[in-house]
Amino acid sequence: MDYSQFGAMLPELIILGVFFVVLLWDVFGGESARKALTPLTTILFGLATVAIWILPSSNIAAFGGMYVDDMACKTMKAILNVGVFIVLLQSAKWVESDQVAIRKGEFYELMLVTLFGMYLMISARHFLLFVIGLESASLPLAAMVAFNKRHYESHEAAFKYIITAVFSSAVLLMGLSFVYAFSGGSLYFNDIAAAVIGEESGLLVCALAFVIAGIGFKLSLVPFHLWTADVYQGAPTAVTSYLSVISKGSAAFAFFVIFVQAFGTLYSALWEWMMYAVIIATITVGNLFAIRQKNMKRFMAFSSISQAGYIMLGVMTESALGLGSMMYYIFVYIVSNLAVFSVISAIENKTGKLSMDDYDGLHKTNPWLSFAMTLAMFSLAGIPPFAGFFSKFLIFTSVTASNSMALYMLVLIALINTIISLYYYLLVVKAIWINPGEAKVESFKSDGSQRVALWICVAGIILFGLVSSIYQYCIDSATNLIML
Amino acid sequence: MFSNFLIWFVIVPIIMMAGLACCGNGNMKAIRTVMVTCSTVLLGMAIWLVCEFLRLRGAGDTSEMLFQGSWMWYEPLNIHLAVGVDGISVLMLLLSAIIVFAGTFASWKINPLPKNFFLWFALLSTGVFGFFISIDMFTMFMFYEVALIPMYLLIGVWGTGRKEYSAMKLTLMLMGGSAFLMLGLLGIYWHSAPEGGELTWNILQIAHNNSIDPTWQNMLFCFTFVGFGVLGAMFPFHTWSPDGHACAPTAVSMLHAGVLMKLGGYGCFRIAIYLLPSAAQELSWIFIILTGISIVYGAFSACVQTDLKYINAYSSVSHCGMVLFAILMLNQTAMTGGILQMLSHGLMTALFFALIGMIYGRTHTRDIRQMGGMMKIMPYLGVCYMIAGFASLGLPGMSGFVAEMTIFFGAFENSDLFHRIFVIAATTSIVITAVYILRVVGKLILGPVQDEHHLQLTDASWWERLSTATLILCLAGIGFFPNWINETIQQSFVPIINALNTAI
Repeated sequence: MDYSQFGAMLPELIILGVFFVVLLWDVFGGESARKALTPLTTILFGLATVAIWILPSSNIAAFGGMYVDDMACKTMKAILNVGVFIVLLQSAKWVESDQVAIRKGEFYELMLVTLFGMYLMISARHFLLFVIGLESASLPLAAMVAFNKRHYESHEAAFKYIITAVFSSAVLLMGLSFVYAFSGGSLYFNDIAAAVIGEESGLLVCALAFVIAGIGFKLSLVPFHLWTADVYQGAPTAVTSYLSVISKGSAAFAFFVIFVQAFGTLYSALWEWMMYAVIIATITVGNLFAIRQKNMKRFMAFSSISQAGYIMLGVMTESALGLGSMMYYIFVYIVSNLAVFSVISAIENKTGKLSMDDYDGLHKTNPWLSFAMTLAMFSLAGIPPFAGFFSKFLIFTSVTASNSMALYMLVLIALINTIISLYYYLLVVKAIWINPGEAKVESFKSDGSQRVALWICVAGIILFGLVSSIYQYCIDSATNLIML
Repeated sequence: MFSNFLIWFVIVPIIMMAGLACCGNGNMKAIRTVMVTCSTVLLGMAIWLVCEFLRLRGAGDTSEMLFQGSWMWYEPLNIHLAVGVDGISVLMLLLSAIIVFAGTFASWKINPLPKNFFLWFALLSTGVFGFFISIDMFTMFMFYEVALIPMYLLIGVWGTGRKEYSAMKLTLMLMGGSAFLMLGLLGIYWHSAPEGGELTWNILQIAHNNSIDPTWQNMLFCFTFVGFGVLGAMFPFHTWSPDGHACAPTAVSMLHAGVLMKLGGYGCFRIAIYLLPSAAQELSWIFIILTGISIVYGAFSACVQTDLKYINAYSSVSHCGMVLFAILMLNQTAMTGGILQMLSHGLMTALFFALIGMIYGRTHTRDIRQMGGMMKIMPYLGVCYMIAGFASLGLPGMSGFVAEMTIFFGAFENSDLFHRIFVIAATTSIVITAVYILRVVGKLILGPVQDEHHLQLTDASWWERLSTATLILCLAGIGFFPNWINETIQQSFVPIINALNTAI
């Protein structure tokens, strides 16, 4: 075997490098060295992120085409990296808390392993590699969800998560075995794409349904979303934010790659209509259930379900424009959602309060947090001049590109849903600014790293829309994927 | 980019926001300084723009839009930041600047959180100015939404009465309208060029290409017209307007009724009719029925209200219905009247809401049954209220007369039975308007004093006088010298009328 092929997997190697440094430091460093673990991880990871952004893009295929690293994959990975970096910053306070501090090394290691798995999911062009990535992205996450080990909810959440994760993997593998039968014994995306042209048999429909369901669990698409709210609520807030943006984002990227590269030739015949129904259900159900939530983490869980529906709109286009808009959407979603979670975790760390009712009159005591939360909510709801407006507008535009009436109707439904989502996002704004009564959260100063995380997010929310070169960059790299 | 004059209409409000952000939260003096300086600068810019525009037109510049500029923004979708003005947008900019100016003075003593109030107020004005200078559908839509969202907080935090309910209702309904609008805009974009041509968001180019086939036009026309119609308070999408106006603080009511509702009318002819002319010919009847109902129904509803703000809110529904009605007549005279009505209604309603705010600030009630004899107690405000009322019912010499006359003249040019019936129905609103205006004037201004405590109240202070006098001056100005405005508007309608004629 030619070991030099591993050289092609540069982004993965970088992450592995960070992982090993953190692991060794954690294991062999003394008590005092371990104190430096948080800044060490953050800085190393920050450097890794920069490295992956500036790495020259090289369209490399390794291991006989099982693994591909091109500019599109690189951009997706870099976007995820930015998100993870923000999560690291915002969790710095939490990992130092009493019960967690002793195990904080594990937290970082597990997180890096899942990220490594997500990288593989994105770069895989063979289902075997994809499944390996998927598993290493899912199973350690269950351990992360259970991280608050003295909390009953945390256990329950982890249990729910592991069962659904394993079950969805099983469903996916079932689908893959059907696909394997179809393609005449190959799991390479190219071979599958060639084998399924023009096929419309029942077996293939089953296979596609299983594959969509398998990945749909990770993305929490309706009707595979039932685990989401409980897991989001039970998991530590840092893990919830990780689940809601990074895990979701990577699954969406992988979804797009699989469906364009492996099943793209089947597009209009079969899976377009499955996706059509799933997207409508996801957006609508997520929105309707979010209205009644009072716990902020459950609230964000349903909000993120509906956001996943908007992300999936990008898949419907099956074009470079769609993929680029989707990458951009996820990037914007990452900063907006993480801004919300930064505020939630800042308040939770200080006071332990998580209910929307506790946010009443927040602007009197914590004007900056209120300001950041308001911007983030506006951005999630798609209000200009914040980034969320641009990402929604651009993804809708890319969906309607084909001028088919069905897709116009899809966009109309999505648009009407943005009004519903605006309603519940405004409930948070209302609690902060309008609800009468004394503030329930006392005035406090959040710690440095959390503030940095929040500033990055706010800067992203304000600038991502106005600076169009980010979108341009996404489109350019997306073009690269489609041409392969 | 910064050498283009129009772009400064957006930059100045942004500077205003930056300036406000630097002020201390309770430092009223600094906040007022920033607001007054910037709104005066904006007013000055708007006046200069009108003069310069008239000079250029006088010098024989006949291009459709002046001061044009276009900068690439989102290249993959050919989205530009494109600006340009014709006679109508110039006047709308002037109107907005006047009302922002007057609104600043009308909210001189806003409480609590003055800084945040003016921040959102400035964001709202950014949206309004940006909307009127845009000739690119994307930026137009963006600024449109920028102008909508601050309303939620402005009403929710600083409003009175059932403010939370009203603020939410207003925001959701207007955003619902913009959802339909957005779909319409997307459709226009993807059909904006003939097969193989370069797609564009630029309004002038789309009108020039004229490549949208009639079946698509019909669908898109409904979406865009309903989208803008919601903001123009078209029946049955008007219900946000009375509640919203009644609960909003003074300056916000002024800006909202005065300018924001005009965005609806402006969008209707600039996008729905100009870009989709054949659908406009074909489907205008649906909306003529709806706006006809708005006019009459709004006026009747105003007759039975007892809250001053509700009376004016319903009268706004009626008058804004008139704007859309005029535009749907699809001829130059009526459309010109529609724009005049926009200006007149903008100034008049702003004046009304300012006066109501001032009266409410003193008496702490807006119920006309509990007040009376304002002429005796505060003569300055009483006289102003009567002037506003006369402008509203279309007394000659005030702007309302000029506008309504022009509309009905133009409307009668359509000689078929359908149009005739609806025009006659709409004219009855003039009489009904007189009923509710005179009722209020009789009771509130001239009637006997209802409450002994009111006798101690003071008349207007200097900032209140300044804000009302500015508006009255403009109202009378249009009433006495409508000619130059008329000509400017008429010229600007030429391309739209041409588009309509060639569409047949």
